[in-house]
Amino acid sequence: MSKTYYNEEDLGKFGEISEWQPELGKKFFDYYGSVFKPGALSAREKALIALAVSHAVQCPYCIDAYTKDCLTKGSDEEQMMEAIHVAAAIKSGAVLVHGVQMMNKAKKLSM
Amino acid sequence: MAVKEKIKSLKYRAHQLSDPKVQLEILSNTSENMVKTFAEKLTDDGLFPLKPVSIEVLQINVGYMCNQVCKHCHVDAGPDRKEIMTRETMLLCLDVLKNPAISTVDLTGGAPEMNPDFRWFVEEIYKLNKHIIVRSNLTIITANKKYNDLPQFFKKNEVEVVSSLPYFAARRTDAQRGEGVFEQSIKGLQMLNEVGYGKADSGLTLNLVHNPSGAFLPDDQNELEKIFKDKLSDGWGITFNSLFAITNLPVSRFLEHLFVREMYDDYLVELVNAYNPIAAASVMCRSMISVSWDGFLYDCDFNQMLKLKVQGKAQDLKSFDEKELLSRNIIVNQHCYGCTAGAGSSCGGTVA
Repeated sequence: MSKTYYNEEDLGKFGEISEWQPELGKKFFDYYGSVFKPGALSAREKALIALAVSHAVQCPYCIDAYTKDCLTKGSDEEQMMEAIHVAAAIKSGAVLVHGVQMMNKAKKLSM
Repeated sequence: MAVKEKIKSLKYRAHQLSDPKVQLEILSNTSENMVKTFAEKLTDDGLFPLKPVSIEVLQINVGYMCNQVCKHCHVDAGPDRKEIMTRETMLLCLDVLKNPAISTVDLTGGAPEMNPDFRWFVEEIYKLNKHIIVRSNLTIITANKKYNDLPQFFKKNEVEVVSSLPYFAARRTDAQRGEGVFEQSIKGLQMLNEVGYGKADSGLTLNLVHNPSGAFLPDDQNELEKIFKDKLSDGWGITFNSLFAITNLPVSRFLEHLFVREMYDDYLVELVNAYNPIAAASVMCRSMISVSWDGFLYDCDFNQMLKLKVQGKAQDLKSFDEKELLSRNIIVNQHCYGCTAGAGSSCGGTVA
């Protein structure tokens, strides 16, 4: 069996992080739970944002979890892919906007 | 690469999962993550043995023949299934229905409308002043000219129509129910709307059923209902009354689907982890009896498919005995976790 850094079943063990620091673990999970409750944004909208962010931070556990959550909450495939494009646009935009810095520096250095 | 799945019934394919004994053996082999059997879970909550509280609903399966072959079908229904309730058995049902305790008759299949005596049966039940539910798959309405007037027929007999529409778009609906089903379902819904079904103050109830189109549990029924109402209204001008979110139980073709996708263990663990004692106390089998096409009695339609007849001597229509049935222990197995997960699941949607 091939070894990988990421194991699918580890997602189900997420709660175990509290074993070695219960107080902070509890605070985190309480906060996490509150964040995803319906508020000014619906739970479905929050799941779509989480899906996009999961891709931006490239977390395979989060991608698995929020793909399922989006399906469960009634988002369709187009919405899910568009959310990822938003993340991709911001990521690529963040790279490209630094092109201005490169241009500034290059102009300063050049004659 | 996606695995190409067959579109014939398990029975037609002589698949090993068409044998209820094989299914029960699989369900009984508790996975290592599933520390407790369903019966043990009920025991913890003081609910074992599970007892009935009433027989309000008689759910009658009038046959396994269907014009669709849905991937998740727990009945293993399809055009190749020939099991059909005869008028003789329907007469026995009508005899049982004289019992005033039974207020609702829930007709299911297959596509119940394909039973040649369906209309006669509905009219006879209507004469008994029972509330009638027909679980119509929507596409049957446009499947053949002879079914085009079903909306008018339902209206005349004040039938509550409950129809499966897993999703408000074609991709996920067709993936579960077959290519082109979404488009035909939309036509069926529009035809029902035209005669007043799902319209405010019409008194004609049209409820939709959302089964997740895959190995995941349904979300909040009310939230999903809002999305369905918006999407169906905006896209096709369709209105309906309520959305029932129903969990897929690991039985028959959905069980096969879980094996094909190698999701069986994960799905069962998900069901077990989502066990909700409040839902367990309100499961539908406590207030209904399921009747098979050949006149036998079961605790629910799922137990019917697993050939788990009701406990006791009163196991068929001829020996129907309300008192004995009310004192029986309801037969449970691991598939029952499907009705107690999250907000619970029943033929009328969530229960908790």
